[in-house]
Amino acid sequence: MGLFTELKDSISRVTDRLFSEQEPKRIGIYGPPNAGKTTLANRIARDWTGDAIGTESHVPHETRRARRKEDVEIERNGKTVTIDIVDTPGVTTKVDYEEFTDEMEEDDAIRRSREATEGVAEAMHWLREDVDGVIYVLDSAEDPITQVNTMLIGIIESRDLPVLIFANKIDLDDSSVKRIEDAFPQHKTIPLSAKEGENMDEVYENIAEYFG
Amino acid sequence: MPTATNADDSDPPDSDGVQIDLISGERMDSMATMEKIRMILDGVHDGNIVILEEGLTPDEESRLIEVTMSEISPDEFNGIEIETYPKSETRDSSLLGRLMGSDETEAKLTVIGPANQIETLHKDETLISALVSRD
Ligand SMILES: Nc1nc2c(ncn2[C@@H]2O[C@H](COP(=O)(O)OP(=O)(O)OP(=O)(O)O)[C@@H](O)[C@H]2O)c(=O)[nH]1
Ligand SMILES: [Mg+2]
Repeated sequence: MGLFTELKDSISRVTDRLFSEQEPKRIGIYGPPNAGKTTLANRIARDWTGDAIGTESHVPHETRRARRKEDVEIERNGKTVTIDIVDTPGVTTKVDYEEFTDEMEEDDAIRRSREATEGVAEAMHWLREDVDGVIYVLDSAEDPITQVNTMLIGIIESRDLPVLIFANKIDLDDSSVKRIEDAFPQHKTIPLSAKEGENMDEVYENIAEYFG
Repeated sequence: MPTATNADDSDPPDSDGVQIDLISGERMDSMATMEKIRMILDGVHDGNIVILEEGLTPDEESRLIEVTMSEISPDEFNGIEIETYPKSETRDSSLLGRLMGSDETEAKLTVIGPANQIETLHKDETLISALVSRD
């Protein structure tokens, strides 16, 4: 009897561990274009694995394919959580290539917009099928109440995915974390600057706690 | 976009009018997700403003974004503007609604139009306003 329970316990411990090692939670980094998703993904990846995920740019739709960084082990207060980070293309309901023609040749702008639309569709697909949790990144210097944000948060909630809201770019003068907290009071908001590395301790604490 | 036909057999809009399609919740109830999305996007491709009495579910919204993206084409179609207006007011009560588990059935008036023709789609607590250009 005792032996049997012990055996059962140790088997379930082993399978637990096997399971968690084979399937780290996939955390999707979502948000509108230019919010700083890739900057954040790169900082997390650099801090815990040493290399980066993708390119950052002031031109929207820099990320046009979802990119995954596997087995990122984050340790906080004795708690370790292993996650896959998925950096996704910024979601929007419209793409106009003429927005990029100041920055590049028309051909490149058209190609960028075409890739961007595919990327957004891909990001939506990942959200419906392939992520276990979401970090929703917002530029805290911008108005958070947009249709895209409301819709995406609604989609995330309807799938019962755990979500943390990251109020990014707090180094900017126009930044307002409160505006974001007021817009989405049902979720936890964490202020940070992904670019300057401000408040990353609280970021990692929350990731470990929330997605662990 | 001459190939798109609207779900009802109404005449195509004349060159300088703006057609508004108001679609009742009752009519939407009997439609499958893709039928709804097709109806919306066909209307928007024709340059119409589509108003849904009861809006879409989150899952349908996610598919609407996806299908919209697949139809964007340079110089032809830039995508959509969309705004929703919850009928059962205020963020606090929708939080309450969520706590009580009634979020998904919440009806919300939804306005959708072609991005290249709607210059501003402004929204506040009580008003959605759209400025539609005719060309
Ligand atoms: N001031 C400031 N700028 C930031 C911060 N984080 C990112 N940025 C800048 O914001 C711009 C967009 O950053 P990205 O990380 O490429 O944004 P993204 O959300 O991945 O954008 P897409 O891939 O286009 O959806 C870049 O110019 C970044 O340097 C921040 O914390 N503060
Ligand atoms: Mg990016």
